[in-house]
Amino acid sequence: MSWASWSEFVAMNGQGAYVWGAFVVCAVALALEPWLLALRRRNIVDYLRRGARQG
Amino acid sequence: MPKSIADCLRHAAPQALYSLAGCLVPWLAVAAALAGAAGLYVAFFVAPTDAQQGEVYRIVFVHVPAAWMSMFIYVVMAFWAAVGLSLNTRLAFMMAHALAPTGAMFTFLALWTGAIWGKPTWGAWWVWDARFASELILLFLYLGYMALNAAIDDPRRADRACALLALAGTLNLPLICYSVPNIAGRTPLQGVLIMGAAFWMYSIALALSRVRCVILEAEAA
Repeated sequence: MSWASWSEFVAMNGQGAYVWGAFVVCAVALALEPWLLALRRRNIVDYLRRGARQG
Repeated sequence: MPKSIADCLRHAAPQALYSLAGCLVPWLAVAAALAGAAGLYVAFFVAPTDAQQGEVYRIVFVHVPAAWMSMFIYVVMAFWAAVGLSLNTRLAFMMAHALAPTGAMFTFLALWTGAIWGKPTWGAWWVWDARFASELILLFLYLGYMALNAAIDDPRRADRACALLALAGTLNLPLICYSVPNIAGRTPLQGVLIMGAAFWMYSIALALSRVRCVILEAEAA
C-alpha cells in the first residue's frame, strides 16, 4: 500500500478516527505499562536502600 | 542442622531468576521494538486496502495479537498457579502474579480495538454475544485476581486464593476459543504473526521485569 501524501495517510480514507483510535490507545497502553512498572521498581528499591542504611 | 537441598533450591531460585531476568529483559525489549516496527510497517505500507471494509480492517494487526495474548497469558498464569499449588513453590506464585497486569492490559486492548472495529463494520460498538462476553469475563478474572492478591495480607494465603481463582477461571477459555471467528485465510496472517511476535516479546519482558519487583517486595516484607 502506498500513500500519496501524509494527510491521506492520516485520513485513512475517512476512517482515520477508528484506525488511529485503536492504534494510538494500544501505543499509549504499551508505553504506560513499562513506565508504571519502573515507578513500582523505584519505590521498592528506594525502600530497601533506606532500610539498608538504617541497618 | 544442615538444610536440605530442596530448601536451598527454594531459597536460591528467586535470586537466580532475579539475575537471569535482569539479563534477558533488555534483549527482549529490543526484539519487541524491532518486531513491532516491522509489524507496523506491514500494517500500514504492505497490506492493501480491504475491498469490503476499507482501511478500518488494519485494526486486525493489533486486535488479533492482543486477543491472542489475553488468552495465552491466562493459560501461562494458570499453569504457574497449578505448579505453585502442587509443588508449593513461592516462585511459581510470583510468576503468576507478575503475569496478571500484562494479561489485563491485553484483554482491555482486545476489547477496545474490537469495539472500535465493530462500529464501522457491523454498526455497533458492543454486542452481547459469547465472544464479547467471554472476553469481558476474562478481564474481570484478571482484575479479580489482582484485587484478591492485594486484599489478603498474608502472602501465602494470598498466593493460594489467587491460584484457585486462576484455575477456576480456565473454564472461561474454551468459551472464547469456540466463539472466536476462524480467521485463517481471511486476514493477512504474516503481519498479524509479526505483531504477535512483538507482543509475545513485550509480554515476556514485562512479566520478567515485574517478577523482579515482586521478588524485591517479598524480600522487603
